[in-house]
Parts: sequence; C-alpha cells; structure tokens
Amino acid sequence: MSNTLSAKERLAIGRAAMPELKGDERSRNFEEVNLGLGADLALSEARRCLQCKNRACVAGCPVGVSIPEFIDALACGDLPRSAQILRGDNALPAVCGRVCPQESQCEALCVRGIKGEAVAIGYLERYVADWAMNHPDQLLREKAPKVSGKSVVVVGCGPAGLTAAGELARLGHAVTIFEALHDTGGVLRYGIPEFRLPKEIIDREVALLSELGVTIECNIIIGKTLTVAQLRDEFDAVFIANGAGLPTMMNIPGENLKGVYAANEFLTRVNLMEAGRREDSSTPIIKRREVAVIGGGNTAMDCVRTARRLGAERAMIVYRRGELEMPARAEEIKHAKEEGVEFVMLTAPTAILGTEDGWVSGLNCQKMELGAPDQSGRRKPQAIAGSDFELPAGVVINAVGTGANPLLTATAPEIALNKWGNIVIDAEAATSIPGVFAGGDIVRGGATVILAMGDGKSAAAAIDGYLKKK
Amino acid sequence: MFEVVSNEILAENLHKMVLSAPRVALARKPGQFVMIRLAKGEERIPLTISDADPAAGTITLFIQAIGASTRRIVDTKVGDSIRDVAGPLGKETHIIKWGRVACVGGGVGTAVLFPLVKALAEAGNQVTTIIGGRSTPQIILSDELSQFSDTFLVATEDGSLGTKGFVTGPLGELLADPERVPQAVFAVGPVPMMRAVAEMTRKQGIETIVSLNPIMIDGTGMCGGCRVKIGTETKFACVDGPEFDAHLVDFAGLSDRLTSYRKEEAVCQTANDCKIGRGVGK
Repeated sequence: MSNTLSAKERLAIGRAAMPELKGDERSRNFEEVNLGLGADLALSEARRCLQCKNRACVAGCPVGVSIPEFIDALACGDLPRSAQILRGDNALPAVCGRVCPQESQCEALCVRGIKGEAVAIGYLERYVADWAMNHPDQLLREKAPKVSGKSVVVVGCGPAGLTAAGELARLGHAVTIFEALHDTGGVLRYGIPEFRLPKEIIDREVALLSELGVTIECNIIIGKTLTVAQLRDEFDAVFIANGAGLPTMMNIPGENLKGVYAANEFLTRVNLMEAGRREDSSTPIIKRREVAVIGGGNTAMDCVRTARRLGAERAMIVYRRGELEMPARAEEIKHAKEEGVEFVMLTAPTAILGTEDGWVSGLNCQKMELGAPDQSGRRKPQAIAGSDFELPAGVVINAVGTGANPLLTATAPEIALNKWGNIVIDAEAATSIPGVFAGGDIVRGGATVILAMGDGKSAAAAIDGYLKKK
Repeated sequence: MFEVVSNEILAENLHKMVLSAPRVALARKPGQFVMIRLAKGEERIPLTISDADPAAGTITLFIQAIGASTRRIVDTKVGDSIRDVAGPLGKETHIIKWGRVACVGGGVGTAVLFPLVKALAEAGNQVTTIIGGRSTPQIILSDELSQFSDTFLVATEDGSLGTKGFVTGPLGELLADPERVPQAVFAVGPVPMMRAVAEMTRKQGIETIVSLNPIMIDGTGMCGGCRVKIGTETKFACVDGPEFDAHLVDFAGLSDRLTSYRKEEAVCQTANDCKIGRGVGK
C-alpha cells in the first residue's frame, strides 16, 4: 500500500472520533473509557497527515517522536515499520498514546489544526503501540546493541526512569532499575486510574523493557535500603527519578478529619492496592454519597472520576479559578462531565467542616472572581467578600499538589536542592555530584508523564555522553 | 521474594518470624520498620524490625496476629516466602546514654519496644521496663525484655501477673522516687496508654518519646495517610517518625483518625485488635 494521496484528498478526510464507552455506563465501572481506533479509522486518520517538510508536530513532542514518519508507515499499511519508528523514539508509546496532553503538544502545532482539526496523533500513536503489543511476532527485531561494558542504575520505575532505562539499554549499557514500591510503573500505576491507563498496558510496556535486558528490582528505597553513595560505588552512573513526594497540605482547618484524603493516598488505595475495585482487596476505602475534590489538574480529575466510580452520587471538582484556567486536559474535563461530575468553579475552600465524632461533613467555601493575570499568566482569583457558603461532602480529597520526596535527598546531603527540596540539575541533567543525573518530578515538582519521559530521554543521552568520556 | 527462615510461636497470637532480607538487615537501625505485603492483593502493613543479623542477612519481626492480614502472614511456613518486604523505613531511634531510662510497653506496642530496650541497654543505660496487658496471655516478650532490663515490671488489668492495673501504676512510683526517676521515657502501645504516660512525664519535664502507629499505605513518603499533628505542624510518621516527642503529639487526633476504617474492620474481633491489620501494626 502506498501513501500517495494528494493534499486535497487528505484535506477532505475528517478527523476520527475516539470510540468510547458511554458516560452513564462507564461512570460505574473501571473499564477503559477510550476504546481505541479500529483499523479503518486509523488508516483514514493516518492519511489526513500532510507529511509537512518542517515537521512542526515533532517540535511539540518532549521525546521527539518521528511523527510524520510513523504516520506515513501506518498510512502505507506497514505496521511493523511504523511500530519500529515509534518504539525507537518512545519507550512507552502505549502509555503516551493514552495519557499525553497531545492537544497542547504535538497536535497543537499540527498544520491541519490552523484551519480545521489537527491530525489525531495521540490516537494513532496508541493504535500503533497497541498493534505492536498484540503482534510481537510481526515486529522487526531490534539489532542488539554493542555491549558498552558500563552500568547505570535508575532510581524509580516511573515514566522518567522507564524511559531512561529503555534508551540506555538500547545504547548497550547494563541497566538496573530500583523501585521503592512493590510493583513497577510509579505514578503510572499508583496515580493514573485503570479507566485511563489499564494496568495491563504498563505490565506489557515494562515487559518489553525487560526484553531489552533492563533489570528491575522492587522494594528498594534509595535513601533507606541503599544510599546514593553505595549506588555510585556499584554503578558507573546514577539516574535519579524517584518522583514526587508528600502532599502539599492546604493549611486550612479540618485537614485531619476522617474522610479527608490526599490525592495520592486515595489514588494509591484504589489503583495500586485495588481498594473498591476488587471485592477481595484487603485495603479499605471510604465511600460516600458526596465527594469534593479540591484542585483543577489531571490528578483532581482522576480522583473525582474514581470517586464517581466508587459510587458517589455527587462527585464535585472544587476549583478556585474557572474552567478555562484548569490545568487538566480538555479530554479529562469532557470525560468527567459526561460521567456526571459537577464542576464547582471559582470556589475556594476556607475550612473543612466536621461532625462531632470527627468525620468530614463538608467544606466552607468562598466565591472567587478573576483579577489580573499572575506570574503563571493565569488570572489571579480573588475572594468575593461575604460570599461564604457551605458545600456538603462526606469525603474530601486534596488534589492541590505534592512536594519533593525527601527520602533519597535526606541521606545524600551533597546533592544540591532548591528551596522546595527538588534536585537542581544543569542543562545536561547532571546534579551537583559527578555521575549522578536526575529528572522527572523530583526535579520539576509535579508535572506530567510526558515531561518526565522527556527528561528520561535527554538524561539518557547525557549519561551516554558521560560514560563515553569516562 | 523473602524467605521465612524461622517462625516460632511465643505466645497466643504472637509469632517471632525471621525473614531473609539481606539488604534490609544491613541498613536497619533500631526504631525502623518494614512494609510487608504477603502476596498480590494483600495490603501493605508496617511492622517494626525487632532485630537484625547483617551477617546472616536476616531480620526478626515480632508479629501479633489478630487482624486477618497479620494472621495470614504468620501462617506462612518456614521455607515459604513473603512477596514484598521494603525498608528499613522511618527514622532511627535517637539513642544516647541518658543514664536511667524507662521503657513502657502495652499490648502490640511491647513488640515495638523490644529493639529500643535492647539498643538503650547496649548504649549503657540503666533500663527499667514496664509492660502491661489485659491478662497474663497478653504479657508478651517477658524473657526477651528482661534480658536487657535492669528492672522488669509487669502490670495486668486483672492482676493475674505483676501489679494489678495499668502500666501507669509502676511508672508513677518510678517517677515519684528521686533515686529511680528516669532521665528519659520511651512509650509504645495503645494511644490512651501513650497519652497517659505523656501527661505523667510532662509535669516533671522528662523527655518522652513515643512510637506512633497511624494509618499508613506506602510508607515511602508519598501518600500522606500517616499524617499526625506534632505541636503546630503536620508531620508524616513514615518519614518524620515513627518516633516523636510525646509532649507535642496530638493524641486525640491520632486516636480519632485510627478509627477511620472501623466499619470496614467490623469483621475483626475488636477495633484495637484490628489496628494491626490496617496498616498500623508496628
């Protein structure tokens, strides 16, 4: 099959819609919402790509996927080659195809988006990645890299760590990942719900990395089980990607009432420990009719949609700015609305209210209005005097953010940190200790999966350069 | 996988388990704990490391099996394995030579107390250990504790062993005796016991350390479930603790949060018993 349509013919094709489970059906189960494109839809979507020479979309991708090339191979019907191109650039394409905010990255720069709708690059990425997972026998064998004789240890098995590990293994280095939790994936597993990223996808992506020769050991907490100094003795280079840490408290009254969760605890219980998802899970979770989630990011959306699935009749997002200012992906907001989530906008909680016996009963809130833009460029919310009101809720989830994980850095005082406890790196991802690199949320604070992956990829290149000079 | 090297029944529902965990054994300091998950689908449970043998690569845990999850853990046979053991977690106990110290343990807390008693004795302190329980069967680790204690006292609520009443009885006598009054007190046990000890020593300004057992999920400084109010600050027991200055702990808040899952735990015998099965079994 060739991909020789004229520009006019390509322009005539409309953007594929993602088939998905119906909102009312899915709001009571944990099945994946997006079903993925079928072969015909994927092919027609791939043909929409104009194959621009300047590859604007690639510049928008933190890991620099060769987007026009993998789409062209797909449009030609050559899935093995498409998969090879995609996997060569991206260690976790089935994950990215599901959770990347394409609309603000690659697709935002797509030429077709100027006058119409961008090519659905994310849907195509997912299609090709899923095909590759389901057709291991048809994949083009990767040429085994020349063994470098150098070893690298990666701290943390989340998106940054997995990406760096894949890149480094392809460069011929012996890679070991140490993970603190009992399972792989980091935030992909404990943070992102099943209905957005099935755990099976993580298992399969990780299995592909293992095939590349990456060794993964769980239950090892760097800073506790082993120190950074020990890692430096044992390995030629260290990549720290141990992720975000403890929740940022809101410092309003009532945060320690029963039924108040930090997003990480709520999501970890459900995602990692399967509370509420499996009848026989031995980890409990508090379910209530009314659940208020404070925050407007993807984590807040994950929490509120999970709460809905756990049976909340009124699952609410409480956010101090407006919907336009929300950092969450447009798709998450749309999906949440379809599932019956209520958006309580321009509302800031000032206190969490409780019953006499210490249970959450609701939020005391203040209405806000938007003023002049602040440093982040978003309009700054200001309280409207006398606008206090109460919002009933039996569970309150704080999804306003997380700090830096202190366990590793507390035992490695020689690593320079910024005032928030995040590791400081230079343009080459290097920390203040030679041979020790870092990336992902431990450097950025709370960011996205794809930015962490981008860090993993660029750190891998820097580590490779360092090892060659060593 | 972490092999069970030995599994001994010390008393009713009390097991001494030795696990092969070489890395944990090497890194472990008194006061620290491990997160244990028996198998897939099981919960993560924090358990204090009672002892470690770095040469043999083993750690020793005293496990009181009264929740469903801990019951399944102690049912693991020698030669079989526990899927996940992660640690050592938490800060180590600040051990110095105070001179005279008192170690007070109640119920499950007695198992947590053991490594402290041992470390304090090894640091040259004169240790008075006071342990308590409802009745004789709940008095655990007497032999192990008395081995490292200069004075070893027992209190039972029914008077079947030692003094009749609570641990606060013998402790009160100790605090009132200028010859024997300790420079530091370590207390581990049910929240009301730790709270009572804290109130007793507060008046005399005696440094008092308690090891807290809040709800914990990951134990690695991520979820925030183990938060406790210490003075005016919110602290996380898994990274800032588990030991805190007893005179600053918000015991009422801690105690209340521990009842968060009482409804879910209704299948267990008593709320207190169940704490061990809900991530608070240290």
